[in-house]
Amino acid sequence: MHRTGELSGQFQTLEQQKDSATLGMWIFLATEILFFGGLFLTYTINRHTYASMFAEASRTLDLKLGGFNTVVLIGSSLTMAMAVWSAQVGKKKLVTLFLILTLLLGCVFLGVKAIEYKQKFDENHVPGLNFQFEKNADQATNAHAQLFFSLYFGMTGLHALHMVIGAGLLVWLIKQSMAGRFTPQYNTPVENVGLYWHFVDIVWIYLFPLLYLIDRH
Amino acid sequence: MSEHIVSPKLYLLIFLALMVLTGTTVYAATVDLNHYYRGLNVIVALVIAACKALLVVLFFMHAYYSSKRTQLIIVAGVFWLAIMLSLTLGDYASRSWDVH
Repeated sequence: MHRTGELSGQFQTLEQQKDSATLGMWIFLATEILFFGGLFLTYTINRHTYASMFAEASRTLDLKLGGFNTVVLIGSSLTMAMAVWSAQVGKKKLVTLFLILTLLLGCVFLGVKAIEYKQKFDENHVPGLNFQFEKNADQATNAHAQLFFSLYFGMTGLHALHMVIGAGLLVWLIKQSMAGRFTPQYNTPVENVGLYWHFVDIVWIYLFPLLYLIDRH
Repeated sequence: MSEHIVSPKLYLLIFLALMVLTGTTVYAATVDLNHYYRGLNVIVALVIAACKALLVVLFFMHAYYSSKRTQLIIVAGVFWLAIMLSLTLGDYASRSWDVH
């Protein structure tokens, strides 16, 4: 590991070293696109097959909390981008500040998500746990609504798991940043965790309209 | 390839654009667009999401300033996803597997 940014033997210049790190991160993100892609594909087929049930189930989600979380997460992408900028221009204190802000916004997102999950538990909208879409719902309604909520929990759950991992990475970055590790010459970890964080943001950018905004009229 | 530093001003501008697009997508969902063309609501939602994703990739993730090779990896990632979606959905659309 070239932790402090010295040149490893297999590279000719620091620039080439950094370029390779960015490329590697993007290859990882390409696999992540496919990882989430399978779920989006499953979602598409089932939404098409059970269109009206998906719309009805989607309307039970809390649009205000979902919208609030969208703003929070995009805001955290802004602070993450600012952390990268601070590192690039050598403002060491700002790097730490923006990383902490990003972590805080990430935690707010996860907290709101927990509140939403709790609501779903209380409404018996968790598949497999006394699922009841509404009073006296027939078997077909319950079965098809469970498909929607399975996808809801599967997709937002996998997204939340990525957020938790991202939060862990941020804690690691904040520790290093406080030790003054990141400079205009060496900030690859900030930039690569930034790429990961923005990717997770993009997944939510798709999840929000697909899960919360089916036919709200 | 020298490193390109994106200015905070541009970051803020992108953030504001993302906020406006988020508002637009919420508003669009409350209007019955399907009345004009079947499935128009979901098309509009996906087009707006794609615009937002593009802004994030190009500027927050610096793809606009990246090397051609990095850009190729990004396009390849999206292309593989397109293969998975189009071939599977093509199967569903063209074969009579429908058991419902």
